[in-house]
Amino acid sequence: MKLVMAIIKPFKLDEVRQALTELGLQGMTVTEVKGYGRQKGHTEIYRGAEYAVNFLPKIKIEVVVPAKMVDNAVDAIVAPQRPVRSGDGKIFVVPVEQTVRIRTGETNESAL
Amino acid sequence: MIVATAIVLMMSIPGLALFYGGLVRKKGVLAVLMQVFAIVCLMTLLWYFVGYSLAATDGGSLNAYIGGFDKMFLAGIGSDTLSGTIPESVFFMFQLTFAAITPALIVGAFADRMKFSAVCIFMCMWLIVVYVPVWHWVWGGGSFRKMGVLDFAGGTVVHINAGVAALVACIFLGKRVGYPNENMAPHNLVLSVIGASLLWVGWFGFNAGSALGANGGAGMAMLATQVATAAAALAWMFVEWLVHKKPSVLGIISGAVAGLVAITPACGFVDGWGALWIGIAAGVICFFMSTAVKKALGYDDSLDVWGIHGVGGIVGAILTGVFAVEAIGGTAGLLEGNPGQVLTQLWGIVATIVWCGIATFVLLIITNILVGLRVSEPVEIEGLDINLHGETVQ
Repeated sequence: MKLVMAIIKPFKLDEVRQALTELGLQGMTVTEVKGYGRQKGHTEIYRGAEYAVNFLPKIKIEVVVPAKMVDNAVDAIVAPQRPVRSGDGKIFVVPVEQTVRIRTGETNESAL
Repeated sequence: MIVATAIVLMMSIPGLALFYGGLVRKKGVLAVLMQVFAIVCLMTLLWYFVGYSLAATDGGSLNAYIGGFDKMFLAGIGSDTLSGTIPESVFFMFQLTFAAITPALIVGAFADRMKFSAVCIFMCMWLIVVYVPVWHWVWGGGSFRKMGVLDFAGGTVVHINAGVAALVACIFLGKRVGYPNENMAPHNLVLSVIGASLLWVGWFGFNAGSALGANGGAGMAMLATQVATAAAALAWMFVEWLVHKKPSVLGIISGAVAGLVAITPACGFVDGWGALWIGIAAGVICFFMSTAVKKALGYDDSLDVWGIHGVGGIVGAILTGVFAVEAIGGTAGLLEGNPGQVLTQLWGIVATIVWCGIATFVLLIITNILVGLRVSEPVEIEGLDINLHGETVQ
């Protein structure tokens, strides 16, 4: 099992959710976050003075998938980002040691 | 007049409170609401105790400068007492709402950094030492009226006074921590739009009500107010669009307030054409004062009280002398062949700036000695709401 963790632009969430659902994934966790990568935020103007907004609003999607589905899940997240632009985000894939479904006690892939 | 009085009170609470509340950062919204609300309460009692008497009665040998104590605690004023053609109780109440909003305007200049105790003490002293004498000079038979200075609804008394005090106060207190590099943009412009809109509506009471009757003068003042405000809002919007590439919500409501301020001294003396040009001038000039000039000079007038009320008041006062129409207000301006009126207006402006500037500076020193003016840096960074009032907005 792998944890696919993607940081994306907020307005892309629905398309990504739909693409992941079409893969057959049963659930995901979504968090509103702020941050920056190489894009380094942006500047805004207030009363004629420019100030830096360093942390931009982003969405973090976390979904645990069987190892064989990782590439498909990554593709499902990347595809809706076209045409690509600066600040589209990052995807991290992390090993998962164990999964437990609380209600039934099922573990690992059967718990997904 | 009772309706006019009620809607001028609405300008302060909730109008100005919401306007300022939306413009500050989230951690300071309750503090600014609290300051405006408390000032309305304090000024009410002060106006009742002594303010009205010192402003509106004959000061004997000192009458050119200040009134007397004959009407302290409204002595001698009953239900049948008249001020002109209206009950004096109503005139007292109408002017009370002016006395309440003027100090409340000042708090925008030092938002996020002044102690609440200092605000209360300073504003009480400021009303008696600055506002009341200028009121008496302009409307109470003092020196301005004798010289022929035109101020229909308080461009000098309210806006230049508040604007100058604001500039002195924000320089005296110093910049907010992090200014100008940190993001200090408004936390909720919806509140500010509601507040500005309430100010606009209430301003009809302010300006048309200053005719002190339901008559043609009040109607013309109302008309001039509407035209100037719309013109100023659009002027600010278009200039900002040109200079900063985007027309902002903050810009259009700031422009509207600038127009309301600038037409205040003029509204009973000018026609629609004069109001239009006063509005355009106010929108453009106040935009540059609140952006380029403020940035260049480096002072931190948090919510642009000087840039909009002070400068807008000065623009309006000068242009009153330019556009005054004899057939409307009884006095001709520059365009009707009376250039001397502009000089008279300038004299009134300078005298107000000098008195208000010096007196405000002295009162700030006194307040600083009594309780200290500024909160500590950690308190300011965490926010006045939680530290001074024990409350926060979630």
